[in-house]
Amino acid sequence: MSMNVKIRHVGGITVLDLSGRITLGEGSIGLRDAVRDALAAGSKKILLNVADVNYIDSAGLGELVGAYTSVKNAGGDLKLMNLSKKVKDLLVITKLLTVFDVKENEKDAIAAFG
Amino acid sequence: MFALTQPELHEALTLPSTLSTVETVELKATEFAQKAGFDEDTASQISMVSREAAVNAVLHGNKTAPDKKVRATFSLTPETLTIQIADEGEGFDPSAIPDPLSPEGLLKPSGRGVFLMRAIMDEVNFRQLSPGAEITLVKHRNRE
Repeated sequence: MSMNVKIRHVGGITVLDLSGRITLGEGSIGLRDAVRDALAAGSKKILLNVADVNYIDSAGLGELVGAYTSVKNAGGDLKLMNLSKKVKDLLVITKLLTVFDVKENEKDAIAAFG
Repeated sequence: MFALTQPELHEALTLPSTLSTVETVELKATEFAQKAGFDEDTASQISMVSREAAVNAVLHGNKTAPDKKVRATFSLTPETLTIQIADEGEGFDPSAIPDPLSPEGLLKPSGRGVFLMRAIMDEVNFRQLSPGAEITLVKHRNRE
């Protein structure tokens, strides 16, 4: 079982709807490719919807960090939304919640991009 | 005479140094965590850190060498769930792992596996083998 990515565009923001597992291997590479493609297509505002991510490991956390730094280095902005308790707990433990801009829902996230 | 608590359930697996071993360990850890009666979130965390230990054994310990094996044992006693993962690599020094919570560690894409094990399990112990390294992950059953 791996991760699926669906791409939407909402008012100049690229929304990546992630589902499944972000783990070592296919799952983490899928996220990396999706963010790379979005940046290559000129997207600077990227929103990761992790509502349907049901499992994440340290490699997956690393890919989220990698996505964040890639977008920042390209002069863009990356936000996360719809964290499950499971994912939020991991971001709290690893203090990554202090790194990512996390929003409760899509409405708040879209508005926060400005 | 001193008597150790007999495990109510015990399983030992000898596995190849491939990523399929990571999946096997994860599934077996989930099975044992569920049998231990941990709630879904805790069982998921135990399975995840067991997976991390298996990833370390396969990739960093054995470096996916086909002639090296990973040994995984799962034991359930009335008090604890214990998962041991051993490789046949060169061993490693857990004190040399950088702190992933430090300002310079926070944005690194790797280096959180052992940290997560320590954060989630009640005990994490390392033992040098010859050759290899063994990690023991313990979760107490009555601390929910």
